[in-house]
Amino acid sequence: MLIDSFFEAMTLIGSADPDLYEIMLLSIEVSLTALTVSVLLALPLGTLLAISQFPGKRIVITCLNSLMAMPPVVIGLLVYLMLSRSGPLGVLGLLYTPTAMVIAQILLITPIIASLAHQTMEDLHLEYSELFQSLRVTKIRAVPVYLWDARYSLVTAVLAGFGRAVSEVGAVIIVGGNIDHLTRVMTTAIALETAKGELAMALALGMILVAMALLVNAAVMFVRTFAQRNAYV
Amino acid sequence: MKSRNALSSATAFLAASLISGAVLADSIIVQSTTSTKNSGLYDHLLPMVEADTGVKVNVVAVGTGQAIKNAERCDGDVLLVHAKASEEKFVAAGFGVSRSDLMYNDFVVVGPADDPAGVTGSNSVSESLEKIASAQALFASRGDDSGTHKAELRLWKATGVNPDESSGTWYRETGSGMGATLNIAVGMGAYAMTDRATWTKFGNKGDFQIHVEGDTRLFNQYGVILVSSQKCPSVNVDAGQKFIDWLLSGKGQNAIASYKVAGNQLFFPNAN
Repeated sequence: MLIDSFFEAMTLIGSADPDLYEIMLLSIEVSLTALTVSVLLALPLGTLLAISQFPGKRIVITCLNSLMAMPPVVIGLLVYLMLSRSGPLGVLGLLYTPTAMVIAQILLITPIIASLAHQTMEDLHLEYSELFQSLRVTKIRAVPVYLWDARYSLVTAVLAGFGRAVSEVGAVIIVGGNIDHLTRVMTTAIALETAKGELAMALALGMILVAMALLVNAAVMFVRTFAQRNAYV
Repeated sequence: MKSRNALSSATAFLAASLISGAVLADSIIVQSTTSTKNSGLYDHLLPMVEADTGVKVNVVAVGTGQAIKNAERCDGDVLLVHAKASEEKFVAAGFGVSRSDLMYNDFVVVGPADDPAGVTGSNSVSESLEKIASAQALFASRGDDSGTHKAELRLWKATGVNPDESSGTWYRETGSGMGATLNIAVGMGAYAMTDRATWTKFGNKGDFQIHVEGDTRLFNQYGVILVSSQKCPSVNVDAGQKFIDWLLSGKGQNAIASYKVAGNQLFFPNAN
């Protein structure tokens, strides 16, 4: 079965099937959009939690960490109920569109990126805060330093978010509906092929999805190695 | 610079999908069932619908129970399912304009080739279910309130057996769609009831075969309903009605009849 699927995957890619590319492209488009928004929300949030002090901070952090365990299906249901025509945001007509899937993925991965970013930034803050205080560097001025120092860990956090977003099926199948040529992404296509009993095909699509993730990670690794090498010259 | 590009393309994408969600006047959402979608019927019909009527049909395939609930929440323009009693209730409650018979196929009972309950060749579904129960042979039920599940429960009711009492032993409710349930049944060697269309197109049959078929009580009627714009102002009445009219027309009915997998006709049109 594995060998069959591998050849099926190769044939699929080789055949330049426009439907497949459409599905792959939508997967990437939706997940990168969700990732961009999530990073813009999660990095400031993680940083704020790392450098600021306020009552109830530990509770907020515990809640944030717990949200990482939120089942995608539950997020899907919540977004569905919000965006349903009879829900509070129904007038926007967003249910069963790619935007709905983006929203679900944002809710799914923002806690993950924020939690990981917070931990990294807090470690740095604990390490440097005394030094910076003695040098009279304000917290705001310290943030760019932390971000730069933590860049590799933060990239890993962002990649974790991307991986979770692009591999998720429970939420996007509820809010997207797995509609052909509109909201079908790699994971929902895999679910559909499995339901049709086309297991080799489903596995082939799974291999292609992993290959896509591999490309993204390889690109990041390349940039990182390049940056590291230049930094020491 | 890079992040700004990513951001602006993200914004553009969000905006584009916002617009596409709101503006496409001639696109409709059809809440329908996994059996019609997994059998490939829509892939056969929808290009013709689009060519003839200009209506772009988007199909959401879930169990009949969930499809009806989604339509009651106004998340669809047309409902195309197979559970007549529930459909009539839906219309009577004002959620649907009217219900039309569209087509039928039939249910079959499939199971492993060695047939542990000895039901093969039977054309009495009640007798077969009783045999399965008394042999305590594994039976995989949908257990998801879908049209097929409802039909299966009606058939059990006609026997002297209450499968609920054996749930978790030989009677196993998967709580999943038809395809997933068939995968599970094949995996554990359990009998299962499925619509013939899904079974014919199913790709993971293993050594399974059809054991029981042909009983008139295995008849499976599909109906189509336009969601009421009085309950749901968002319904695209014009495009939804065009789609339904096409399905019920001679051309639509012929198109349904002409859909074949491996030479077998899967759905039989019967609009009046």
